[in-house]
Amino acid sequence: MSPREAVLLMADGSVFEGELIGADPVGGVAGGEVVFNTTLSGYQEVITDPSYAGQVITFTNPHIGNYGVNDHDFESARPFCRGVIVRELARRHSNQRAEDSLDALLRRFGISGIAGIDTRRLTRLLRDSGAMSGVFGTADEATLKAAVAAERGTDGIDLTAVVTTPEPYSVGEGPRRIVAVDFGIKTTILRHLSTLGTVEVVPAGTSAADILARSPHGVFLSNGPGDPAMVAGATDTIAALVGEVPVFGICLGHQLLSRALGGSTFKLPFGHHGGNHPVRHEATGRVEITSQNHNFCVDPASLEGRVEVTHLNLNDLTNEGMRVLGAPAFSVQYHPEAGPGPHDSRYLFGMFDDLMNDFHAKAGA
Amino acid sequence: MPRRDDLHSILIIGSGPIVIGQACEFDYSGTQACRVLREEGYRVILVNSNPATIMTDPDFADATYVEPITPDVVARIIEREKPDAVLPTLGGQTGLNTAMALYERGVIGHPGTPEMIGANAVAIATAEDRDQFKQAMLEIGLNVPASGIAHTMEESREVLREIGLPCIIRPAYILGGRGTGIASTPEEFEVVAANGLAASPISEILIEKSIAGWKEYELEVMRDRADNCVIICSIENVDPMGVHTGDSITVAPAQTLTDVEYQEMRDAAFACIRRVGVETGGSNVQFAVNPATGEQVVIEMNPRVSRSSALASKATGFPIAKIAAKLAVGYTLDEITNDITRTETNSTPASFEPSIDYVVTKIPRWAFEKLPGTSGVLGTQMQSVGEAMSIGRTFTESLQKGLRSLEQGRLGLGCDPGEALMADRTDEQLLAQVAIATPERIFQAGELLRRGVSVDRVHEACRIDPWFLDQMQQIMDERAAIADLSPSTMTRRQWKRAKQFGFADAQLAWLWSTDELTVRAAREAAGVMPTYKTVDTCAAEFDAETPYHYSTWEDESEVRSSDRPRVVILGSGPNRIGQGIEFDYCCVHASFALRDAGFETVMVNCNPETVSTDYDTSDRLYFEPLTREDVLNVIAAETAAAGGTPPKVIVSLGGQTPLKLSGQLPEGLIAGTSPTSIDLAEDREKWNALCDDLRIPQPPGGTAIDLEQALEIVDRIGFPVLVRPSYVLGGRAMQIVHDRNHLARAMAELAGFGSLGKEGGLSAERPVLIDRFLEDATEVDVDAIRDHTGEVLIGGVMEHVEEAGVHSGDSACAIPPQTLPAWVVEVIEHYTRAIADALDVRGLLNVQYAVAGTTVYVIEANPRASRTVPFVAKATGVPLAKVASRVMLGATLAELRTEGLLRPPSDHGHVAIKEAVLPFSRFPEVDTALGPEMRSTGEVMGIDTSFGRAFFKAELAAGTLLPSEGTVFLSLADGDKPAGLVVARRLRSLGLGIAATRGTAQYLRRFGIEVDLEVGKLSEGEPTNAVSLIESGRIAFVINTPQGRGGRTDGEQIRKAANTHRVSSVTTVEAALAAAQGMGEMAGHEISVRSLQEFHVR
Repeated sequence: MSPREAVLLMADGSVFEGELIGADPVGGVAGGEVVFNTTLSGYQEVITDPSYAGQVITFTNPHIGNYGVNDHDFESARPFCRGVIVRELARRHSNQRAEDSLDALLRRFGISGIAGIDTRRLTRLLRDSGAMSGVFGTADEATLKAAVAAERGTDGIDLTAVVTTPEPYSVGEGPRRIVAVDFGIKTTILRHLSTLGTVEVVPAGTSAADILARSPHGVFLSNGPGDPAMVAGATDTIAALVGEVPVFGICLGHQLLSRALGGSTFKLPFGHHGGNHPVRHEATGRVEITSQNHNFCVDPASLEGRVEVTHLNLNDLTNEGMRVLGAPAFSVQYHPEAGPGPHDSRYLFGMFDDLMNDFHAKAGA
Repeated sequence: MPRRDDLHSILIIGSGPIVIGQACEFDYSGTQACRVLREEGYRVILVNSNPATIMTDPDFADATYVEPITPDVVARIIEREKPDAVLPTLGGQTGLNTAMALYERGVIGHPGTPEMIGANAVAIATAEDRDQFKQAMLEIGLNVPASGIAHTMEESREVLREIGLPCIIRPAYILGGRGTGIASTPEEFEVVAANGLAASPISEILIEKSIAGWKEYELEVMRDRADNCVIICSIENVDPMGVHTGDSITVAPAQTLTDVEYQEMRDAAFACIRRVGVETGGSNVQFAVNPATGEQVVIEMNPRVSRSSALASKATGFPIAKIAAKLAVGYTLDEITNDITRTETNSTPASFEPSIDYVVTKIPRWAFEKLPGTSGVLGTQMQSVGEAMSIGRTFTESLQKGLRSLEQGRLGLGCDPGEALMADRTDEQLLAQVAIATPERIFQAGELLRRGVSVDRVHEACRIDPWFLDQMQQIMDERAAIADLSPSTMTRRQWKRAKQFGFADAQLAWLWSTDELTVRAAREAAGVMPTYKTVDTCAAEFDAETPYHYSTWEDESEVRSSDRPRVVILGSGPNRIGQGIEFDYCCVHASFALRDAGFETVMVNCNPETVSTDYDTSDRLYFEPLTREDVLNVIAAETAAAGGTPPKVIVSLGGQTPLKLSGQLPEGLIAGTSPTSIDLAEDREKWNALCDDLRIPQPPGGTAIDLEQALEIVDRIGFPVLVRPSYVLGGRAMQIVHDRNHLARAMAELAGFGSLGKEGGLSAERPVLIDRFLEDATEVDVDAIRDHTGEVLIGGVMEHVEEAGVHSGDSACAIPPQTLPAWVVEVIEHYTRAIADALDVRGLLNVQYAVAGTTVYVIEANPRASRTVPFVAKATGVPLAKVASRVMLGATLAELRTEGLLRPPSDHGHVAIKEAVLPFSRFPEVDTALGPEMRSTGEVMGIDTSFGRAFFKAELAAGTLLPSEGTVFLSLADGDKPAGLVVARRLRSLGLGIAATRGTAQYLRRFGIEVDLEVGKLSEGEPTNAVSLIESGRIAFVINTPQGRGGRTDGEQIRKAANTHRVSSVTTVEAALAAAQGMGEMAGHEISVRSLQEFHVR
């Protein structure tokens, strides 16, 4: 098949030439908020991470698709991103775990992408100008221009509604019961939680009363896409849980917990998306190399006196984790479950386990 | 945890001479360490016998000992300097082994002795001892290939019974896989196991189940005192298991691992470094992965900075050695700033894992053509002498750039004249050939794919991963797609696409049967120019000011503009025999000196092992092949960045590589001696006329392009003659020819290289030089500098130990001259000045002379940096390369004297000897006799108060122990016997025993010298012969000089036996004389050590 010449047009007018990959976009145009991810491996996990809802993912690693895709490495039932941008999509993949090609996966789920892009130029543009909308496709110039003008990115919308489970479901087994509030939960997180007990996954809009009615030993607040300020009702729900039951939050869950405590969040210029960010665990001084995927960030000053900052990003000194003072609740901004990424921070699941043990030991006493 | 204040002085052990498996990468790492530790305020003491290194510049340490790196000598330095700590992990295997020996003697690492920092003795032993390592890995739950340890052949056979064939044999405590091999049959096993036991200093081998064909990976790990661990780089080998990683084409980052697999490997690497106990610094962990199941096994770990860490540093921009040095003195990773991403407004710490947005390919370079008798088959023992690294946005681009960086006449993955070599082979023949790993394999695989043989079939044959093969297939597909186009019909998108696949203009020119410049012009007319991206450790996530660039064909270029005067320094490319670290030394010095003088320096090079390719050596680094196209592109980019003002270009410091380009670059840009003058010295006829004019005698000779012309010349000048191609280095294909038949053979050989563009080929433009060979002549080398006012500085006059006929790169030499009368030195200096004037030299000039009787003949002159420049600088204390680079840019010697850069040579009556280091121990099949073709990989220096002492040290540093007791075996050519008499008498007087072959013994006895043991010719079948004597360990030293012509068989076997059994030997009578003098002067004395700073105190 001959390459389908396509163009990527950014909101600032920058034009990139490339070739279409994956599914044919509806009307010849696909687009969203363009972000870049610097991870060297794990494209399948990234593409299927629900936190990318509404976004177009640029991979800085030029070779994508080399080892194909497999059933195990999905982070959700389907990708929620709006597109992928790569320098080079593998024509042939090679790995004993592979079951299909990345191109086939994109087509299967109706995701379009563009290859042949100077992704380094694009990354530099995003780094210097901040997150930006972009559209790509085979459509004519006027159509692309209109599309990029109409593209409003991820600001001001509640994307968790798109990605959350419509119905509760349960994973794992055991007497211990953990309720996981699904704002866009990743499969790898579920895999980790299920080693601690039975995980009951509930939709994002589930009320505190409904959650507590399940008599959980702990509540987990999941990762998810977009602006934490837009997640309707979540802060009230979480505020009602803190102190009642051990709470552990990751990424969006961390931001929502902060907001529930009265803290504020703000948008980073171009976010953290990758697998190499150094985070210092303040209690031990140890540095963890972490998997990151967020555009918004907690302002720890807004939580003065309510939380203890437990983790710090050493690149830009932004907040990466906290412990709520006087309540069994903690959260981290980054992804200790990895998938993809380093395993340095898996101990946090153990801390959640300990927290639940301690809490219920005290409650029982 | 901040800097340790309890330490004040630190001894760094260097890696010594460049040998196979241990090259410039340890100059790079040692130089970084010296710099960092001095910046941190420690007193740095360095020991390294290699004068061609940057680190042994007296500016880099407080006390620099250019002394042999043996436990005795280092112990003596420790006794003298009393350092608080020893850092053994930056000097390769030599540094590590020396440190272990010192630990075992109780000199370091014990209470009350200097502390071992970086890695302690227990950690080193755990990683280096095969059995301990295996047990340690099993203990932490990591898989290792099934294996067993043996110390004798008996034990070996027992282990084999458990493990089965095929298996790999790995000796303990060796570098570069020396003595390692694969055995597939019981017969092979006997040989390989015996070799392995002989190669291991502790007679220990690991016999391991072969996992040849598995995928091979390496991870570069760093760990700090707080137990923070990071991976700097993942490397995937294109060549699967079975080929030593140093001989494999490798790629960074890993390309075919899923994140799940990669993280499993990362966890294993951390577990490994923690278990082994490397407390701080860098280590390298090697893994194999079963491609069918994904099973991972740990192969080995190096508890030190290695060749791979140099590659990883250059591949990512993360300075592993520098950080390792900081970690060793107490810092933690998060306390250290990442230099690359530091800007005025922000900085990020070194506690992270670099992300890269390009593909790095490393390709080894071999020298089998210089080592007749070798099979050229790659295996588990490293044989390459150098490597090139290339950076492209994709693997295809990176691979083709890497292949042309090798400078072996190939322009990329085929699409060049070299393809003709495979034209007559059938697909089946090629499929059989790719099954065997050789330097040609990558080209054979490419050719098969080009012919349409499927990726799967090629994979079946060679086990290279299908992903890599498909990428190579895409190169072939692209070539097919544009084959029928032409420069004038290519569209902009087509040009860009072809260039993105890494096609050089020269390849396209070959494809379209046109010339390179036509292709270039058409491409530029279509608006397709290279872009330069930045290596920034973070895939553009953060702003980086460090200007480390590579070319690619994208939208955006990142070279920053500035208006300072610029100088582009062209480096010397991959190490090879004849062109190595000496030239990198010169380029780096030029960069330092010109930076200090206010120039913006721009380095172009493609050798990842070197100091020149460190991102902070120059103001800007372009990691690029040294071809016409790539260099012109850099010049264009620099010109554009300077608003249209072109830079000056230095071509005369990087050896033949940049010099060959001089005629292809805009003449006005060349700094220093003009290309016309360079040509004047290279062009035989012009050169002859010049010498005639100056009335400087030359050996009679002429040039020939065929046998007929060659015969005419010998009719005129007589035999023996020296036959050599023009424009070559290291005496490539040079021969001493004694008769007409031999001449015919030599000419045919040269014609054979001719058409294929190989180095040393014969063609009308490159005729063969034929000169009368001067027998019994003393060879002399001179390095000089001339400035534009005409002043000439004689940097050094070196008298060679071996006589003319042994390549100057393979012979020892002395500063000052030891036997030349003062008037001869005067004549030589006078001639040198005259030649420098006649060539209008601006910068360095090297002239070679042969002194026969009372005549001084000039052999050749090269208006460029020579191999000996760093040696002269270390011997005299005059920074020749720095001075020369300033002179090239217009400074006068007088000005540099005023400035203080140029000082008179130090003269405290010391003697410095340079000795060559030869690679024979890796190639037991090669005759060790020296000849006109250079084969040494490196050099050492011995410096002391007298010739004999300095020579003794130089030999010791080169691995030749001159004995003080035992029996010396002598076997001398007839012409060498009189001088041999002097040697034998001296040996006797020192109390040494003498064994000799019959002829030599009879001669010695005739002059009253007692011979303890006389042996017959090998063919005579006596139970005791020379070889059996050597094998039985009864010989402490061998003196064997080859007969002038033919009849080498006995001598060759004796030399090979000495090589195999590691009995020190010399193969010329001059070296024997020097050795005897050395033994005499050292008798009853201990080696004394002294730093360069003391030798050159003013």
